[in-house]
Amino acid sequence: MTDMLSHAEDRLSPPSDLFSKFDALIEMRRELLSTGVTDPFSLVMERVLSPTVALCNGRETILLGTYNYMGMTFDPDVIAAGKQALDDFGSGTTGSRVLNGTYAGHRAVEQALCDFYDMDHAMVFSTGYQANLGIISTIAGKGDYIVLDIDSHASIWDGCKMGDAEVVPFKHNDIEAMEKRLRRIPAGAGKLVVLEGVYSMLGDIAPLKEMIAVAKKYGAMVLVDEAHSMGFIGPNGRGVAEDQGCLDDVDFVIGTFSKSVGTVGGFCVSNHPKFEIMRLVCRPYVFTASLPPSVVATAATSIRKLMHGEAKRAHLWENSRVLHKGLRDAGFQLGTETPQSAIIAVIMPDLERGAAMWEALLHEGLYVNLARPPATPANMTLLRCSLCAVHSAAQVQQIIGMFTRAGKTVGII
Amino acid sequence: MDREETSARIAALIEPFNKKGVAVTDATRFTDDLEFDSLTVMDFVAAIEDEFDIIISMNQQAEIENYGQLVDAVVKLTN
Repeated sequence: MTDMLSHAEDRLSPPSDLFSKFDALIEMRRELLSTGVTDPFSLVMERVLSPTVALCNGRETILLGTYNYMGMTFDPDVIAAGKQALDDFGSGTTGSRVLNGTYAGHRAVEQALCDFYDMDHAMVFSTGYQANLGIISTIAGKGDYIVLDIDSHASIWDGCKMGDAEVVPFKHNDIEAMEKRLRRIPAGAGKLVVLEGVYSMLGDIAPLKEMIAVAKKYGAMVLVDEAHSMGFIGPNGRGVAEDQGCLDDVDFVIGTFSKSVGTVGGFCVSNHPKFEIMRLVCRPYVFTASLPPSVVATAATSIRKLMHGEAKRAHLWENSRVLHKGLRDAGFQLGTETPQSAIIAVIMPDLERGAAMWEALLHEGLYVNLARPPATPANMTLLRCSLCAVHSAAQVQQIIGMFTRAGKTVGII
Repeated sequence: MDREETSARIAALIEPFNKKGVAVTDATRFTDDLEFDSLTVMDFVAAIEDEFDIIISMNQQAEIENYGQLVDAVVKLTN
């Protein structure tokens, strides 16, 4: 105690508060919540009844913002595999993949991914965020160039920063802007082009076929994040690159278990002959504990079932088309002209009315994602809807009705 | 290309982005004085890159806070 006092007296300058950089955000939140609106970022689901329904504030709520595209979270085979793994292997691995954290289940889920994508190598990370962080930062280092879409996910940006490569963004989905930047890169430098199949904020897809052809013309390697397309876009659910017939030209596909697969984890699949060395040099893979046995068991079971998901894929596309048309006809402004994925973004005039609309929908018994700057492109406030293959046609009609009533209450339509 | 000529070409490019008509000197800061947000920065940087046929990577952009530093960087990249 006397030590602490004497230290205080020895101070050379007033104490600095490292949290002062968050003051603007704290103030913005205070202002928003002072209007009496429910905090859109602290919702609790008290019980989850199915992939499409949960109890929120004691009310049965339709889930339309979970990325649970293929509705695998309550699949009986998936659950049974997880329970069996808990019994056989315990609750966790307590270790890195390169030490004591590789169990039979980790190998099995990597084999399931190789089979799903028909590729030679698969590497599983503990989250999708770590997959982008690890692969990008490890393959593109000092002196290399990363050319990427300006609307890329935070995990891609963080991977770029961590690897210390020269980072060169281009305007969203702009093929010409991408080509100009590739053309200007000094001869001899390593080049990585990073694209996404589906961009999650507006739910639009990338013209991958054209973009990848340009990237290859300039000798760049190509990484495509297919987090939001796995399971239902493309003839085998391998994503937008498969759908556009250019998957063979993609050097690295990044994906996640936390959307269509229905659990948590991330991965990279590749045909690169030297890919396995990544297991020793990729720090976000090495210096973290591996996924629990129950998680890899549920993921492997789910991935193998997704290989035969044609009927569900067709129903999900039908849901996407019906909701897109219904919301448009009701007078809402949407992020895309046509339904391009299972994400439909409803554009709000501003954050205040966006939050009011979000709350009105919750009172109707509907959960969607409220997305706001800086996560959104062009500083937009969005209500982002992600559909599920097990939303029934009746639920989709119910959702359109809820949106219409809430939109009128808030004065948006 | 000398500094003066480079500066003149950049000054012409900055005009459509200088919404408040701030008088631009070497000390003018992009964020604080011109109030550029991240989208404006992207469009402005793209305009300069196209004009001079160069790349200004985000790593380089991080070192550039004011107009004078930008002109210096472009002079360096074009010589």
